[in-house]
Amino acid sequence: MNFFFLFLSAILVNNFVLVQFLGICPFIGVSKQIETSIGMGLATTFVMVVASAATWLVQHFILEPFNLPFLQNVAFILVIASMVQLVEMFLRKTSPNLYNAMGIYLPLITTNCAILGMALILVLRSYAFGESLVYGLGAGLGFTLALVLMAGIREELKFADIPKPFQGAGIAFILAGLLSLAFSGFAGLV
Amino acid sequence: MKHFYSDFIKGLWRENPTFRLLIGLCPTLAVTNNALGGFSMGVSTAFVLILSSTMISLVKHLIPDKVRIPAYIVLIATFVTILELFMNAYLPAIYAQLGIFLPLIVVNCIILGRAEAFASKMPVSRSIFDALGMGFGIIWALTSIGIMRELFGTGQVFGFQVMPSSFEPIGMMTAAPGAFITLGTAVAIVTYISDRIAKKHAKGKKATE
Repeated sequence: MNFFFLFLSAILVNNFVLVQFLGICPFIGVSKQIETSIGMGLATTFVMVVASAATWLVQHFILEPFNLPFLQNVAFILVIASMVQLVEMFLRKTSPNLYNAMGIYLPLITTNCAILGMALILVLRSYAFGESLVYGLGAGLGFTLALVLMAGIREELKFADIPKPFQGAGIAFILAGLLSLAFSGFAGLV
Repeated sequence: MKHFYSDFIKGLWRENPTFRLLIGLCPTLAVTNNALGGFSMGVSTAFVLILSSTMISLVKHLIPDKVRIPAYIVLIATFVTILELFMNAYLPAIYAQLGIFLPLIVVNCIILGRAEAFASKMPVSRSIFDALGMGFGIIWALTSIGIMRELFGTGQVFGFQVMPSSFEPIGMMTAAPGAFITLGTAVAIVTYISDRIAKKHAKGKKATE
């Protein structure tokens, strides 16, 4: 039950994009079409789950026993970068179709602050290993949900009459604000 | 001399990272719920940007091309760690307010973007001016967003009461939705002014011809 609440909280109540402001760059940059946003969201979710496990292990078996918490930033970003590289190589070997579909998005995930942010939050809240995995999965799916919602609205926007200065990024941020307003209705759910 | 001036000035308006290039947005939204938060985040990012641009420009010939991105990230992460330890020791209140967005400067696309696009190709002196311009660009952008949100959300600016007492604060502005709406409006205003300037230039050119 605890896991379920944690999962729900990561997707809806503390949605990474709309409530915690993590991963805004891909949220604005890759949310023009539903198809690509699903690809980006799922790739990010996958890396998030793998990275939550990897950074948890690094934190508890390397950084803490050797008293090196000041190396956290350097260690985590290296772990995440190598995880992304690993996922990329794995996908290229096992399913070239999937690799081609999200090929260009994979390297971008390294600099997605949602991943490093998640790793730091896991340490801050001292989650156990199982909780970390569930939180990583929830955060990734929450990111996907926000991205797909946004892409759906933006596809319809093509037919809307938007004042010129607001076209492009301006209206995207206003939309994100309205989505965020809707998501703040989930506060107090868990 | 002319190079230095144009390297510096472009970050302030024409290629402003926040309003024009739209990169490094997570801290822009997350810590600007008051003017001080925006200002301190701007200064922190500018600090890391200037140091890392200088350093990367200095060592660019030593780093093999294939591993340059990981090498840059490790360099940036080092400067961020220095800043984090310093802020934790001397400015604990601001350190607490910035929270995880201070270590997240590591993955701020502005810094890696300038490293890749400018510092890795240009001499040290020009990289410093580029980083200074971009740095001041971030500082004014984040501070102005912070001021707008604090003004409408609480009626204060930098903690001083500005609005008359009859003003009813709009609570939403300091919460998450206010961040998106303020940034969207600010981007639209900057785009509008830029378009006006571009039009004026075009007109002026025609008149002289």
